[in-house]
Amino acid sequence: MEGSEAVVEAAIAAGCRFFAGYPMTPFTEVLEHFAKKLPAVGGQCVNAESELEAIGMAWGALSTGARAATGSTGQGLALMQESLSEITRAELPLVVFNMARGQGDYFQATRGGGHGDYRHLVLAPLDVSEAVELTQLAFDLADRWRNPVLVYGDYLLAHTCEAVEVKPLGFGALPPKDWAVDGSLGGTGRSRNVNPLGMQKGVKGIDPESFWKRLQAKHDAIAAAEARFEAEGTDGAELIVVAFGSLARFARYVARELREEGVRVGTFRPVTLWPFPAEALARAAQGARRVAVLEQNAGQMIDDVRLSLLGRVPVLPIGEISSDAAGFGIGSLLDTENVRRRIHCALEGEEIRA
Amino acid sequence: MSDARTRVLDTTRPPSRPASRSGAERAHLQLGVDHDLCPGCGEPLAMRALLEAIDELGCAQRAIGVVGIGCYTALSPLMDVDLVQALHGRAPSVATGAKRMRPDALLFTLQGDGDMVNEGLQEVLHTAARGERVTCVLLNNGVFGETGGHMTATTVIGQRTKNTLEGRDPVQHGQPILIADLVSRLGGSHYVARGSVHDAPSVARTKRMLRKAFETQLAGDGFSFVEILTMCPTGWFVPTSEGPGYLDQVLAPVHALGELKAGGELLPRS
Repeated sequence: MEGSEAVVEAAIAAGCRFFAGYPMTPFTEVLEHFAKKLPAVGGQCVNAESELEAIGMAWGALSTGARAATGSTGQGLALMQESLSEITRAELPLVVFNMARGQGDYFQATRGGGHGDYRHLVLAPLDVSEAVELTQLAFDLADRWRNPVLVYGDYLLAHTCEAVEVKPLGFGALPPKDWAVDGSLGGTGRSRNVNPLGMQKGVKGIDPESFWKRLQAKHDAIAAAEARFEAEGTDGAELIVVAFGSLARFARYVARELREEGVRVGTFRPVTLWPFPAEALARAAQGARRVAVLEQNAGQMIDDVRLSLLGRVPVLPIGEISSDAAGFGIGSLLDTENVRRRIHCALEGEEIRA
Repeated sequence: MSDARTRVLDTTRPPSRPASRSGAERAHLQLGVDHDLCPGCGEPLAMRALLEAIDELGCAQRAIGVVGIGCYTALSPLMDVDLVQALHGRAPSVATGAKRMRPDALLFTLQGDGDMVNEGLQEVLHTAARGERVTCVLLNNGVFGETGGHMTATTVIGQRTKNTLEGRDPVQHGQPILIADLVSRLGGSHYVARGSVHDAPSVARTKRMLRKAFETQLAGDGFSFVEILTMCPTGWFVPTSEGPGYLDQVLAPVHALGELKAGGELLPRS
C-alpha cells in the first residue's frame, strides 16, 4: 500500500481514534484515509475549516484521554504552531504528521515556530515500512512523555507503494491518564483542569516559572533518553554522509554500492531529528576525515551536525534546494546518480553550494 | 445566613468593612468565593449562573468546560467541573474534539467577546454551522477587559475605549458584530439567546437561557449559544455603581436581549 494509507493503518493499529485535518498536497491522502478508515473502528475524522481548527479539535479529543492526531504539510503546520507549543505546555500526547514538500521544514520541525520554551520529538522514517513502525512508536512516546511527537515524511513517503504488513506493536506499559477529563468529576472537589499554565483547582493565581521549569526538566530527560539513529559502514570510514528521511534512503543505497567498490564511506541517519543523536554522531565520526551533510534544503540539519562535532571533523554541505515545478519537493536531488556525484565531491573535499 | 438576610443595613454610613470581592455565600459547584476580578465585574455572576444551571440539570458529573483567555480565565480555579484551558479564540474547536470523543458529556465553552468575536470568529461560526452538539457561552462586555479596556468587535458605536478615545466611530473603526444574530442565521444553530447580568431579573432569565441551551445539547438537537452581557466598569471607565446602568443604556440597545432562536426556528424580535 502507499505510504499515506500505511501510516493511517499504523495509527489506527496504535489506537488512534480521532483525526482532524485540512487538505494540502502531499498530505491530503492521509486525511482521505483517516476519513475512510476511522468510522469503521468507532473513531471520528473531522474535515476542519482550517489547520487552526484541526489542531484545536485534536487538542479537545486528547484532553478526554483519546489517542488523537492531526497533520498537514509544513505550510499548514506553520498555522498550527501556536497551538502546538500550547499543547506541549498542556502536556498532551499529540501526534502530528508533516507530509512535507521536501526537507525545508527541518527547522520548523526541530526548533518550532511557537511561543516560549518547548520541544517536541520528531521521527523521520526512511521508508514506508519504517513509517509503520515509527507511527506506532510516535503514539507510544507521546503518551509516555505526555508530549507531542511529529512524524516527518514527504511526498515520496506519502505516495510510494511498498509491501508492508501493519500489525500492532507493543512498547510496554504506559502511565495512566490520570489527568484526562471525562466530565465525571464535577462537584466532587477533585475536578480537573487540562491546563497549559499550571493552573490548579482551588488555588488562586498561577506559578508559570516553576511549572515551565518542570517542563524544561522533562525535555532534558527526553533529550537524554530518546535519541535514535542508524549508522552503517561508519567504522573505519573516511567519509560519513549524514542524511535523514527519504533522501537517506538514496544516500544509504549509494554508500553501499561505493563500499562494494572499496570506497570507505559510511552513512549516519538520525531517526529522531529532535532529540538529535549528537553523541552517536560524534562517536561514529571519530576516525573520519570528513562529514558530508546531504539534505534537501539550503542547509538546516547541518547546524545540528556541526553542534554535534564541535569542529573536530570538517563538515561539508552537499545538498541543495531541489523541487519539481509544482513545489512539492520531488527534485533532481532524489536520484542515485546525483547523490553518487555529490558523495564523490565530498570525498575530494569539495562542498556543494547550489 | 438568616441573620445576614434579615439585618437592616444603615445606608447613611460607610460600611463597617471594606468592599469585598467575596460572594456572600458559596454556590454549589464553586470551590471558593475569593477571586481577583474587579469590583462590579459581571463575569463572576455569569459564572455562578452557569454553574447553577449545570447543577440544576443534574449535569455536574458529565460537564466539560473549555475556557478561553480573558479575565474570566481567573475564575476557572473556582469552578468545580472538569475543564480544558484553550488558547485565545480556540475553545469551539477544542470543545468539538472533546464532544466527538465524549458524546455523552455536556460540553460548553466560556469565552469573552475578544476571544470569540475577534480572535476566534471563524471557530464559533463553523462550530455552529456544523451543528456541533456543544454550547458556546459568550461573556460580552464590549471591551478587552484584561488588557485594560480596548475596543473589541462588539464595542458599540460611541463607546469609549483605550484605543477609541473619542468613542467608536463607524468610519474609523467599523460597525460592531452582533454575534448572536449572526449565529442564529446559521442552519446548524438550534437555540440562540442573549441575556445579561445587570440586575436580578436578568440573571434569572440568563440562567433559564443557559438551561434551555444545555437541554438543546442534551437532546442532541444541534448547536446552542448563549451570549451574556456583563459589566466592566473598569474597562468602560465608569464608577462601579454605574456599571449595570451603562450596560442597560449603552450595550443592551445594540446587543438586544432575548431569545433569537428556539427549537431551530428564528423568533420574531420586538
